[in-house]
Amino acid sequence: MPELDSVVLSRMLTSLTLVFHIIFATIGVGVPLMVSIAEYIGIKKKDSHYILLARRWTRGFVITVAIGVVTGTAIGLQLSLLWPSFMQIAGNVISLPLFLETFAFFFEAIFLGAYLYTWDRFKKPIYHWLLSIPVVIGSGMSAVFITTVNAFMNAPQGFTLEGRTITTIDPIAAMLNPATPTKVAHVLTSSYFTSAAILAAIAAYSILRKKSNVYHRKALKLTVTLTLMFGILTAVAGDFSAKYLAENQPEKLAAAEWLFETEEGADLIMFGRLNESNEIVGGIRFPKLLSFLANGDFNSEVTGLDQFPESLTPPLWIHYMFDFMITIGMYGIGVSLLYILFMRLKKWNELNKPLLWLLVANGPLAMLGIEFGWIYAEVGRQPWILKGYMKVAEGATTSPNVGLMFLLFLALYTALGVTCVVVLRKMFRNNPVELELEHRYPNVTKKDDSKWTT
Amino acid sequence: MDYVMIGITALWLFLYGYLIVASIDFGAGFFAYYAKRTKKDHVINKLISRYLSPVWEVTNVFFVFFFVGLVGFFPDTAYYFGQTLLVPGSIAIVLLAIRGSFYAFENYGSKENPVYLFLYGATGLLIPASLSTALTISEGGFIQETENGVILMTKKLLTSPYSWSVVFLAIVSVLFISATFLTFYANRANDKQALALVRNYALFWSVPTIIASLTTFIALSQHNPRHYMNLIDLWWVFGLSIGFFSLAIWLIFQGKLYGIAFLCVMFQFFFAFFGYGAGHLPYLLEPYITIYDGATHESMGYALVIAFILGLFLLIPSLLLLMKMFLFDADYVKGKK
Repeated sequence: MPELDSVVLSRMLTSLTLVFHIIFATIGVGVPLMVSIAEYIGIKKKDSHYILLARRWTRGFVITVAIGVVTGTAIGLQLSLLWPSFMQIAGNVISLPLFLETFAFFFEAIFLGAYLYTWDRFKKPIYHWLLSIPVVIGSGMSAVFITTVNAFMNAPQGFTLEGRTITTIDPIAAMLNPATPTKVAHVLTSSYFTSAAILAAIAAYSILRKKSNVYHRKALKLTVTLTLMFGILTAVAGDFSAKYLAENQPEKLAAAEWLFETEEGADLIMFGRLNESNEIVGGIRFPKLLSFLANGDFNSEVTGLDQFPESLTPPLWIHYMFDFMITIGMYGIGVSLLYILFMRLKKWNELNKPLLWLLVANGPLAMLGIEFGWIYAEVGRQPWILKGYMKVAEGATTSPNVGLMFLLFLALYTALGVTCVVVLRKMFRNNPVELELEHRYPNVTKKDDSKWTT
Repeated sequence: MDYVMIGITALWLFLYGYLIVASIDFGAGFFAYYAKRTKKDHVINKLISRYLSPVWEVTNVFFVFFFVGLVGFFPDTAYYFGQTLLVPGSIAIVLLAIRGSFYAFENYGSKENPVYLFLYGATGLLIPASLSTALTISEGGFIQETENGVILMTKKLLTSPYSWSVVFLAIVSVLFISATFLTFYANRANDKQALALVRNYALFWSVPTIIASLTTFIALSQHNPRHYMNLIDLWWVFGLSIGFFSLAIWLIFQGKLYGIAFLCVMFQFFFAFFGYGAGHLPYLLEPYITIYDGATHESMGYALVIAFILGLFLLIPSLLLLMKMFLFDADYVKGKK
């Protein structure tokens, strides 16, 4: 058990904020795209079900956005409050993307406000849909810019350091560091995947709870299709990330894969455990797969932990984080593929109970996958806060009050999390789909239902 | 003008923008709660929520802009303010978080929850108080440099008359700015009952605002004579500020041109705020950081300025669109849309 000094406590508090924030950040990036797609389909097909879907998703979305905004503000300030020495150095180099992220968010916030309050204000509905585009772009660009900052911590470049002072800066090179492309791709696709998975889980759960109606069935079909699409893209982006790691941060990949010795034709090991002498016991072994994943060649050489001093490698438990992330991703792709398959083969019923439950589970699991992935990404960078330049311990505050602040924020996030769930449940329970459909689109429901139930 | 001056001017503009929009929001929260307690909520709360609903998120972003830009242009501020403001900064974050999320809960989720409304009203006054700490500290005299890094002299801060006069000024100006805006908005909505109520608020809070301004001046002369003398040299700026204040009050008292009156209030604070800021220079934090030795590199400075200008091209039209839709669309303001 490490001593609870201000470094450990600063790490704990930062982790706490990020673990909580990433849930809402992921939804914040992903859901606008889903809303925009649903509204567009609704307008093109002249199908009020999809419009109502977009409407109801948006209504839930603003609650989560609020928490995303306030926790985002929290982490933005905590960067300076908890890591003052890090920000004093890094702030010189990475302030451009931080600044741009704020612009992107500002842009998104303005149009979200407009989108939210103008559902019935335009004669042509497509004008209202147009307002969703800047929201999708704004939230996507926020994710892009903030991810470049995280990429910079993994692969810093674009400056020269002499002693403790930075002498030249190239802000663009710092943003477009080698880690940026794969990281950005993985963050965006996984946000879309997770958001679609959560919306699919809600639809599946609604069908299980009540007798299935056409609204939920349309919602399920749309969201599972999107889950599959973005699931595959996430996997592709993840594969590129692994190849990036093999080339640029081999110790991060080696620690995740428990590759102690550099070897050719390295095996991929899922799960298992380490005995006292650091040998792998159990687990599932895929011969030569790691070499293939790292370099696209089954016999290529993969760098192991033996190439690095032990003080500069991350802890070995991140292996599990990596494996959980991969497993969850595969599960998500698997169940959505199964659903699509059942739907295509007319004989099988894609709305059978076990399959629906599998889809329900996929929502929270996908979010867990995001958490595991970020824990892997962050802990895998240890001991560095700025790889090769500054260690985590050198960046932290020396203030004696971090422990107290940890408790304060723990209480805050608990209150926000609980209230968020309560409010969302109440919001949708007090205003069920059936009622809202009848109230807003009185002449659509009956006609459509008969077409689907045959 | 070099990039450092452009940088600090842009940042100060953002902080001024935050001062105005956040004051409207914070004050409105308090008035909404106060109206509820005095059973007058049916008169103004609808009006308040109509304006606030579309813009609350935008308010927060002004603030984020300011501190992200500050750390960007002047990275040393991250070290000094970050290290010393952990506790007040964290409290401010918690208050902002409670306010933002509970506003959304009450507005989009469960209507008429008294706890949410209380939190919304209380945080509206506590946030300006806690944020004003940063400005107080920047005057110098509250930070000690030790071998373990810099620390905040909490006791000195809590017993300083200057620090309390700033808190007082922050709270009353929030209420004054908010009340004058709501007066304009109520008039625009043609809501006679609400207008009568918020107009009284505006007239009432004008008195403590001017008293608090003078007290802060006096307290500053004791705490930081250098800054005070700089302000005296800029006497005409503060003269303009008082002039606009008087004009605003006269118009509201006469019961006409409420839009112009609110503009006057904006000018009143514009001149006071920029006069205060100009006198503060060259220090960002006395005596540790000046805008020159604390500035980032030229290449980053210019990159930020370019990003800032390009960003404005994107934001100003969008903001105008938002204002056109909600602030100046007479039908929307009147509640017909």
